Amino acid sequence: MAAEDLPSEFDVVILGTGLAESVVAAAFSRVGQRVLHVDRRSYYAANWASFTFNGLLTWIQENQEGSHPEEAQDWSSLVEEGEELIRLSNSDSTSISNVQVFTYTSEEDEEEEEAPNTTEEETGGAEGDAVKEASETESADSKEEETEEKQEETAEGGGGGEEEQAPSTEGEEPEADQPAPSAAQSQSEPAKKKKISYTKLVKEGRRFNIDLVSKLMYSRGSLVDLLIKSNVSRYAEFKNVTRILTYRNGQVEQVPCSRADVFASRQLSVVEKRKLMRFLTSCVEETEEQRAYNGRPYLEFLRDQQLGDNLQHFLLHSIAMVTEDTPTEEGLASTRNFLRCLGRYGNTPFLFPVYGLGEIPQCFCRMCAVFGGIYCLRHSVTCLLVDKESNRCKAVIDSRGQRITCSHFVMEDSYVGVDRKKVDTPTRFLSRAVLITDSSVLPSDSDQQVSLVTVPPIAAGRPAVRMVELCSSSMTCMPGTYLVHLTCQSVGSAHEDLSPVVNSMFRTPESPDQETRPSVLWCLYFNMADSSGLEVQGHDLPSNVYVCSGPDAALGHDHAVKQAEFIFQKILPEEDFCPPAPNPEDIIYDGDNPSPTATEGEAEEGEGETKEEKEVQEQEEVQEEQSLHPEE
Amino acid sequence: MHGRVKIKSTAQQEEEKRKEREKKLKIYVAARDACFSKRKEGIFDDEALQLTQQLLSSNPDFATLWNYRREILMHLETVKDEDEVQKIYEAELSFLESCLKVNPKSYGSWHHRCWVSARLPRPDWARELSLCDRCLSLDDRNFHCWDYRRMVVKVSGVPVDQELSFTDRLIGSNFSNYSSWHYRSTLLPLLHPESPEPPSPRREPPQTSPPPSPQTHSHRVCEEQLLKEYELVQNAFFTDPNDQSAWFYYRWLLGRAEREEMISCVYVSRDEERVAVAFSRPVNAQSVGLLLVLDGQPQRVEWRSVHPRFKHSPVWICDLPPGTIGDITNEHNLTVHWTEKHTHRDCALYTGRAESWCRDSATDQELFRSELSVEKTSVLQSELQSCNQLLELEPLNKWCLLTIILLMRALDPLGYEKETLAHFQTLREVDSMRSAYYSDLCSKFMIENTILKMEYAEVRVFSISDKNLTTLCHLDQLLLVTHINLSSNQLQRLPPQFAMLQCLEVLEADDNIIESLEGVYHLPKLEELLLKNNKISTVADLQPLASCPKLKHLDLRGNPVTQTPDVESALAELLPSVTDLLL
Repeated sequence: MAAEDLPSEFDVVILGTGLAESVVAAAFSRVGQRVLHVDRRSYYAANWASFTFNGLLTWIQENQEGSHPEEAQDWSSLVEEGEELIRLSNSDSTSISNVQVFTYTSEEDEEEEEAPNTTEEETGGAEGDAVKEASETESADSKEEETEEKQEETAEGGGGGEEEQAPSTEGEEPEADQPAPSAAQSQSEPAKKKKISYTKLVKEGRRFNIDLVSKLMYSRGSLVDLLIKSNVSRYAEFKNVTRILTYRNGQVEQVPCSRADVFASRQLSVVEKRKLMRFLTSCVEETEEQRAYNGRPYLEFLRDQQLGDNLQHFLLHSIAMVTEDTPTEEGLASTRNFLRCLGRYGNTPFLFPVYGLGEIPQCFCRMCAVFGGIYCLRHSVTCLLVDKESNRCKAVIDSRGQRITCSHFVMEDSYVGVDRKKVDTPTRFLSRAVLITDSSVLPSDSDQQVSLVTVPPIAAGRPAVRMVELCSSSMTCMPGTYLVHLTCQSVGSAHEDLSPVVNSMFRTPESPDQETRPSVLWCLYFNMADSSGLEVQGHDLPSNVYVCSGPDAALGHDHAVKQAEFIFQKILPEEDFCPPAPNPEDIIYDGDNPSPTATEGEAEEGEGETKEEKEVQEQEEVQEEQSLHPEE
Repeated sequence: MHGRVKIKSTAQQEEEKRKEREKKLKIYVAARDACFSKRKEGIFDDEALQLTQQLLSSNPDFATLWNYRREILMHLETVKDEDEVQKIYEAELSFLESCLKVNPKSYGSWHHRCWVSARLPRPDWARELSLCDRCLSLDDRNFHCWDYRRMVVKVSGVPVDQELSFTDRLIGSNFSNYSSWHYRSTLLPLLHPESPEPPSPRREPPQTSPPPSPQTHSHRVCEEQLLKEYELVQNAFFTDPNDQSAWFYYRWLLGRAEREEMISCVYVSRDEERVAVAFSRPVNAQSVGLLLVLDGQPQRVEWRSVHPRFKHSPVWICDLPPGTIGDITNEHNLTVHWTEKHTHRDCALYTGRAESWCRDSATDQELFRSELSVEKTSVLQSELQSCNQLLELEPLNKWCLLTIILLMRALDPLGYEKETLAHFQTLREVDSMRSAYYSDLCSKFMIENTILKMEYAEVRVFSISDKNLTTLCHLDQLLLVTHINLSSNQLQRLPPQFAMLQCLEVLEADDNIIESLEGVYHLPKLEELLLKNNKISTVADLQPLASCPKLKHLDLRGNPVTQTPDVESALAELLPSVTDLLL
């Protein structure tokens, strides 16, 4: 046991593997600081994570069950003279709520496969997934690992059972409606492809990478800049968002935003084309005319530009992505940001990481590990040991009761006890929905489109909804399906906020008449706390303890990146934030130790590499992927 | 420290790089020398193929090596069977692909690829097309690739409609692409040719039997397709009115009728016993088989252009043998045959007449309108409307202004004269770099309008004073003019073409900035020349006037030349015929 202990001294201990924490970890490790990065979860990226379908089912179950009450252990033996002990919260129950799942597809394929065969494969898939997750996990205790694995297996089984119940709990509609459409299909359109069954989704579950947060990367946003600057971009591949859509008057329309889009647009008249292009070119620079509208709504400014309803809608909802009462200066800033990002990598301002957004925090973790950072998942920090005199955190006690000295401590906000959190504003929530559908909301020549869809409030007082539709070549869903993420600021529960939009844009048992719309096969609703209002410091915590907030509601990643940079600069004001990593051939390893990481990190690194190899192979099959660098 | 990552210093890196470079250079030079000596010895073996490949992959612009490689390949063709040759050439193609990755604009690589493709026993054109597509998606203006692609399309017989949709795709992704628009302009006439009957009824010269001259309509497109193209290109220039490529394509769409080749005028003067012939385009009359028949008798005459500077000219003159038509009581019939073009023109000189001519007037031919376009008025009218709509949004866009001017000219040159002038004024202001171009163009249009007015009035007086003319053109249309007034313009010279005004008697050109009188040359009837307030500075500048036998009245007041000492005696010597000299 002793040999498996962690080193007892670090410069920085980081708790939580969300985006901000991971960037902080990479930044410190990169400039030679000794970093210990732990997460009590069995997966990376906290609420920024991406899951396989089966992984998500497990996550759903965990969040529906609520957290296990933890037993408070007595660590007083580890407290030294003049030290005070602060307990950290170890429950995540506050950040995810109102989880609801609906399965709208049939349980199994009717003809294709024999029942015993399917079950077998399903189990196989679940098992494989459990192994994979376990392999990603760093656990020093082999016994513990075994038990964990068993637990996951049982959890998987339980998850499946839960799913079977889900439709029936919601009412009889799904089952009652199922036969009708399928019968109609087989009669009228025998050639039409069969609906993918739930069994198939589970079987192909590993092809899914379902993000908990739905964001896009602005191509000139701070995250892309950071990825390029730090060379972390080499660990990931990216795809362009191929089109911006909007939902208007019951129709999904393409928003012409680039020059090529405007040229090709069929719904704009030539005069509108000119007006739009002129507005887009002219708003890049600030003018007296614009300043006169400061404080007044952007909508008013747009109205006075005599653009017409079409263009006004596009500009307000899809390009600026603001609401009708957003002030002009804010609307213009947002429009400019959109325009600034256009054309760097393609016809839209956005990129999406292949394999999902959960890749990004992991890429930064990898950079941290390459420069010696040590990683432990399913490993937490339970207490801080604070020097009473200086009010500084001297050491932490980890979940295995080891005392670890550190100069700085960075943690995800969910570990901060409610009693110590200083919150100025009431916690806001995000409403999220994840759908697996059978076709695109706007079919086009290519079935491999990545689309951002802006959905203005469907009624006064309702939230504006942002929707991202991912195709299978983004490696986030199985071929033949689309993965649709809906996000908005919560007004009510996720289901209350988002199901009206889902029912109007998709075909579900609640909206069976929408025959031309894509069918929803499966969907998930949940709320996630938006803690982005939280300050990095100023809580009832020692002065060298920094708090990172979880995902925010914005489309981009600026908040997390700024927060990470702020923390880094606060601790090491003289150092460069994430300087470019050297090329692998320029790194000299110590003669006696060829591994790039410390001994303790080796096992984990080894695992990481096999995973990487697998990904590389898979990625070679992916077409049109982008590396961020060629342009540079 | 244990396990820490150490990074090589920049000095270390530099040193390593330098060594690397040195090593590379050594290898390169050695391989190059080996290649040269092998070639000298006439060795065409696999090793040579390897060596050249090694060199060319690092430097694909080494033309000598490509040549050597071709020699080797041609040699291999003679010793290997077809399957082996196919394999060798396929390997060559994939090698070339790697060269193109190094430099996608290497002349050598593309040329070699062309060569290989042509020799490949079983070529795979689909593969070549997809290679071009990839190259063009990286750089849609790579002209090497465009050239190669045209070759592939031609040889493999890709259907025209497929090529048209290819341009659709490229234009859709970026319409600032001359290559695509131009390619379109070559495809459309093949795919949607214009229906055979002419778009607007035009009077054929009655005497010529009408075999439809192919060049008149050859690259025209049928109206239905044209309307679609207008829509497409309008989308482009409304989206970005500053992009030239769309406007140029639009100009092409609006079209330009090619004038029929013909003799447009025959003029005969009894006094000078001289014939002048005007053609629809500049020709070299000495080599086109021009035959003059007078009263049924072919004449042996010497054709000359109006000015020794012109080998090609729209106007040619010849002197008849003395005494042939001098008698005013005789009637004569002349025919000028342009044997090369199977066309001719007759002219009768009646008793008692000193001169005679036969011609098509500019108004009859709609000459200046059709120079811009042969489209139907309704189409042009709606195009003008769209452009005016754009102008309302972009009042200072030069491309829009210029296109509007051209459309107006095609529709009704005289009716739109005022608007045209105003637009030209705006153009000169918004695009001052090209103000001289606009002035010249404006001069051209003003001259055209004046010619039209003159012909409607059926007079031989051409008056265009105070119109800011900066240049003279269409002078071949003024062959019959006797009086010309160019006063108060911005003319700097009377160019050699001015010598085409064979009937000119009076020339008023006061208040210009004329420095050169080169074109006042052998004007047989010129009597009066008014050049008050110009920039003629030396007596030598007046030299051309000595060739005008009838010049009597010359006004040079307000010219620097008048300040020359002894100017009067010098002029008296130079121009003895001038009796009325104002200095």
